[in-house]
Amino acid sequence: MTSLTAGSTTPHKKGWYARNEIKVTPWLFLLPGILFFAVYVIAPIFQSFWISFHEWDGLGEKTYIGFANYERLATDRKFEVSFWNNLKWLFLYLLAIPLGLFIALLLNQKVWGIRLYKSLFFFPFVISQVVVGLVFSWFYLPREGLLNAVLVTFGMEPVNILGHPGTATYGIIAAGLWPQTAYCMILYLTGLNAVDPEQVEAARLDGAKGYKMLWYVILPQLRPATFIAFVVTIIGALRSFDLISVMTNGGPFGSTRVLSFFMYEESFSEFGFRMGYGAAIAVVLFLLMLCFIGYFLWSMFQDEKEGR
Amino acid sequence: MFPKPIEKTSRAWQITYQTLLPLALVVWLLPLIAVAMFSIKSSADFATGNYWGMPTSFELFNNYGKVFFESKMPQYMLNSFLITVPTVVGAVALSSMTGFALGIYKFKSNLWIFFMFIAGNFVPFQILMVPVRDLTIGLGMYDTKLGLVLFHIAFQTGFCTLFMRNFIRALPFELIEAARVEGIREWQIFWYIVLPLMKPALAALSVLIFTFIWNDYFWAVVLTQGPSAQPVTAGITSFNSQFVAQYHLMSAGSIVAALPPVAMFFLMQKHFIAGLTLGAVK
Repeated sequence: MTSLTAGSTTPHKKGWYARNEIKVTPWLFLLPGILFFAVYVIAPIFQSFWISFHEWDGLGEKTYIGFANYERLATDRKFEVSFWNNLKWLFLYLLAIPLGLFIALLLNQKVWGIRLYKSLFFFPFVISQVVVGLVFSWFYLPREGLLNAVLVTFGMEPVNILGHPGTATYGIIAAGLWPQTAYCMILYLTGLNAVDPEQVEAARLDGAKGYKMLWYVILPQLRPATFIAFVVTIIGALRSFDLISVMTNGGPFGSTRVLSFFMYEESFSEFGFRMGYGAAIAVVLFLLMLCFIGYFLWSMFQDEKEGR
Repeated sequence: MFPKPIEKTSRAWQITYQTLLPLALVVWLLPLIAVAMFSIKSSADFATGNYWGMPTSFELFNNYGKVFFESKMPQYMLNSFLITVPTVVGAVALSSMTGFALGIYKFKSNLWIFFMFIAGNFVPFQILMVPVRDLTIGLGMYDTKLGLVLFHIAFQTGFCTLFMRNFIRALPFELIEAARVEGIREWQIFWYIVLPLMKPALAALSVLIFTFIWNDYFWAVVLTQGPSAQPVTAGITSFNSQFVAQYHLMSAGSIVAALPPVAMFFLMQKHFIAGLTLGAVK
């Protein structure tokens, strides 16, 4: 087949383009995409590294200051808080995966109206994080919020989740888990749909059921779904910005800052723009994320090599 | 099928399941139900502390009317559409081309370019913020819809390329070989053979990107400032400061802002989920 193809594209007396069509075409098709991507995504990554070695207000001249921004970060209390909060986000956000699996198992039935149930369980994911943040901050309101109305009905003390430094971050993470769980749920529902029924029946005949069946028969078949759930959840956790900005704006007393929010805050600081310092924070966040990105890319690369 | 189909279980468990399901749904959507209830109440209810009782009057039309006629909400919504739709068109167009190039042709740097697109798609936004903002100001596009659109197209091309390339790769390659034997030009293969086969992927990607871009907040606050260019996610902040503590109006505003992607999802559910779960099954 290949020899035929090659033969038909190299006849004599044709223009340069016609002779090199198969070689040139992919590059023509790639050109606009690569150009856009290089200008707006690839180049800025390197520029940020470069800017992080400078002091810069975003307008005037950049002053080269070496590693001074990074040295400042090491002693910045705000950075420390943000970093730990990022780790909290990372670990607690991963709860979305088992929660999503749980709901998916609950909904993987064929009863009347189940399709509507599935979409209603899923649709928090479609709502913008800004609205999710607003919805939850009203839900948590100490006086007007539904949460406290429910707590009081059950005879518990009302709480002001977003008002206390000790609980605010957890309140925001809970809000973030809502759409993220929905996402993981839909991944697992799709995965469960493709589980091989013969294997399940065979395992059932061998006496496997319940938890054992899930662990030894179902979960191994759900591996692709789990992988994607991990990728999107980790990326989502480290990108968290919208919810924090809308729900607490970093407060109370800066207790809910994460790196992405801290970076934004410093860059557009009310005491003058500190783009260099902001870029340094972004670089740290990028390096933190790079550990994960590297692993994801490596796994995907292995898959590609197995393929054609 | 796992778990065991409900029809094959005991009658008692079937009934439990059937009653549990709506209850679980209500708990799951509780915060949203709360907001929907807020949005039909009157300000008098809030003044008298009647937050969770029955509304004393039904103010749906009044509240939503105020959102549409007494605030800049329609302007923000229009901006969101004018940002989202061109981005969808641009990103889908660019990525069907890159996807075609990477999915059909074999050349040395193919995988490298493909992984560059994937890697860029995972990057934290913050590392792009300062340079992209600087570039947008330099192009004179700060606080314009175009500035936002150009960036979104570029960034989304990463994810879209991943999507398109994998889709095109799964097409039967014999079709392309047969076309080449017939002497059909390469661009014609793209236009007349591959593109028509890509319809499901185009639909799935369009709804996904629509939702992503409509819901974007970070870039909206970084690259725009005022009501002339701000999309609704950023505009809702100023909307809320216009109606401080008037929870019935703020709730109505949020529901309006969230509605277009929700409508899109319910209308194009099949495509949306197909797009979102691509790769979840081997």
